[in-house]
Amino acid sequence: MSKFWRTMLRNPGGVIGLTILLLAIAIAIFGPLLFPTSPWRMVQRPFLPPFTVPGLPLGTDALGRDVLAGIIYGARVSLLVGLVSTMAALAVGIPVGALAGYFGGKIGDALMRFTEFFQTVPSFALAIVLVAILQPSIVSIVLAIAIVSWPPVARLVRGEVLSLRTREYVQAAVVTGQSHSWIIWREILPNALSPVIVLASLMVATAILLESSLSFLGLGDPNLMSWGYMVGAGRTVIRQAWWITLFPGIAILLSVLALNLIGEGLNDAFNPRLNKEGR
Amino acid sequence: MLKRVLLSLLVASALSTATFAEEPKSGGVINAVIQPEPPGLMVGLVQNGPTQMVAGNIYEGLLRYSPKLEPLPGLAESWSVSEDGKIYTFKLRKGVTWHDNKPFTSADVAFSIDFLKQTHPRARGNLAQLDKVETPDDYTVVFTLKQPFGPFLGIFEVGSLPMIPKHIYEGTDYKTNPANNTPIGTGPFMFKEWQKGSFIRLVKNPNYYIKGLPHLDEIYWHVIPDAAARAVAFETGKVDVLPGGSVENFDVPRLTKLKNVCVTGAGWEFFSPHSWLWLNNRQGPTANKKFRQALMYAIDRNFAKDVIWNGLAKVATGPSASTIKYYTDKVTTYDYDPAKAKALLKEAGYKGEKVRLLPLPYGETWQRWAEAVKQNLQDVGINVEMIATDVPGWNQKVADWDYDIAFTYLYQYGDPALGVGRNYISSQISKGSPFNNVEGYSNPEIDQLFADGATAFPDSKRQDIYLKAQKILTDDVPVAWQLELQFPTITRCTVKNLVTTAIGVNDGFRDAWLDK
Repeated sequence: MSKFWRTMLRNPGGVIGLTILLLAIAIAIFGPLLFPTSPWRMVQRPFLPPFTVPGLPLGTDALGRDVLAGIIYGARVSLLVGLVSTMAALAVGIPVGALAGYFGGKIGDALMRFTEFFQTVPSFALAIVLVAILQPSIVSIVLAIAIVSWPPVARLVRGEVLSLRTREYVQAAVVTGQSHSWIIWREILPNALSPVIVLASLMVATAILLESSLSFLGLGDPNLMSWGYMVGAGRTVIRQAWWITLFPGIAILLSVLALNLIGEGLNDAFNPRLNKEGR
Repeated sequence: MLKRVLLSLLVASALSTATFAEEPKSGGVINAVIQPEPPGLMVGLVQNGPTQMVAGNIYEGLLRYSPKLEPLPGLAESWSVSEDGKIYTFKLRKGVTWHDNKPFTSADVAFSIDFLKQTHPRARGNLAQLDKVETPDDYTVVFTLKQPFGPFLGIFEVGSLPMIPKHIYEGTDYKTNPANNTPIGTGPFMFKEWQKGSFIRLVKNPNYYIKGLPHLDEIYWHVIPDAAARAVAFETGKVDVLPGGSVENFDVPRLTKLKNVCVTGAGWEFFSPHSWLWLNNRQGPTANKKFRQALMYAIDRNFAKDVIWNGLAKVATGPSASTIKYYTDKVTTYDYDPAKAKALLKEAGYKGEKVRLLPLPYGETWQRWAEAVKQNLQDVGINVEMIATDVPGWNQKVADWDYDIAFTYLYQYGDPALGVGRNYISSQISKGSPFNNVEGYSNPEIDQLFADGATAFPDSKRQDIYLKAQKILTDDVPVAWQLELQFPTITRCTVKNLVTTAIGVNDGFRDAWLDK
């Protein structure tokens, strides 16, 4: 493991990404302690530009709400949605892919056709429809993102499992009479996980973007302050008050960038040979 | 910002009085925005806001109304009421022709009444007390009522009772008559063409019965679906008139700051859009009167007025807007007082039950407003959950009484018997409509007062009745009144004399002119 971290830390992009992400996580966890007032509270005159009134470094929005407080509380929503929906997507995608790859044949075909069915529908359109039907709420948003993002996981896992199940150690396990589930869970999956982890880190980024896009379109949870909501609500007044849109936009950009850098770093760390050849 | 808007309103009103002294100039083309695109222009069949706005310049009613809602001559040049308040005699203007040059006579009036009773739900209600229409000669119409109906002189506006050409519609199926696509009225402008999704073009009626009117040659009503694009179209000079409600409120200060731009809040007196929160009187915490009163104290309506409506509104004191007949502010009023709200909540025995808040899905302004109200309510300890909906969802939830608190605004049509009573009397409690007594308030005393008020005669009697009704309602708080909304009409200052009546742009192009 120490070798993994050494490779990871040698990658400057990965380190930057990790730093930003840790910072964002720290803000999500501890920020609300520093800003105990609700981000929805109207604290000052509306449309105060940044750095004009002490205590409101990023200014106020159209209702006089603190933009900084909004970003801090928004971090919680964005990261939580990103993580939970990715977990949910993995929870569906990994079993489907593993079963399809391990058993192959008709079961595999059936599972893959089912997966393709989801892949043929444009994912963002499907997410919009799902959220609109289920009424916008944090649960329906997480669900919609999970539903549109599990198919790539399933396909990736299937490919890995397909190649691993012909290896000698798996054959050996079959010969010694191990059960299917034991072989999948203990022999194959642990060795198939590294590309999934890389994919998952990128999926968190995509999920954050999806949540922001949904909120931007007014399909966010109306009871939660999120970055996408802030951008969407500020968009209409962007010519009077650029800061309402800019700062949450930067927050989205940074966190997605961080996750992509981490994904890159993980990829390098998991494939040290690829890494060396690349340099 | 607020000051600037108020100032520009003052300037605008000063200017509009000044223009009377100026000599109107003839000619010119006006580009206006129409939002959204109307489903049709035959105002006898469709009564959407945008239909009324365009068609009000094609069709006419018997009367027009001043900003104080006094009747003005329209197609009728004079009128008289009998001693007992039951017989109304209208003298029609002579020499009026339809756009196809057929004469307009009393037969058209009688036909229009019949027509609208079948097609126009609000007209049907307004005409409920009408016993018969007689036409002793071509230019006289006599309406006989079953019993006195105080608001009767207030129902002849063009959107409420437009005159329909008998020679085109008699004996046909009204809904499928091909003439619906090429509306024929008596108005100052004639329908010319309609490029769906793009523009509606009206041209001057050269045979208009008032010599010298209209001043303008043509009106283009542009269809621009996006609010920001409408604002840009105004800035770039593509359009000169933004009727009320066609841009988002927060764009208003920016647009009015531009050079040569005038804004007025006038021209909505007849409609008097009145906003409130439906409070479900049947169940949950909102069934408790103390809880409802607490809501009134908890909500900072001045904040909503200044910040969300940019000052273009007035805090509502009760069920009637201040422009409506028999309005009084000598009622129980509710100032922003969170401490009092908290005390009332305690008295009401509220224990943090979840309360669902339904915003009106009409765009950013309404969403922001709901967020502000939600925060106000949370500040006094009410556990509010905001429910997101689209327009059909909102209609359905409100009409099915599936809400605790819901935003709305409704038109009041000048008289408490026409636009106020319907939201409070128990006979109007019926599932399926989002515009009747949705809150489920039921009070026999109020039922009686509104029933008496509609038929009492003369006006002084009605006055007493409605004052009493307003007092009772403001004590009971069946709904939480918010603001009397003003939908600012924004124009290039070269557009003169556009808003002169109680329905503003809807019939305003008759007298408007362009100073070039």
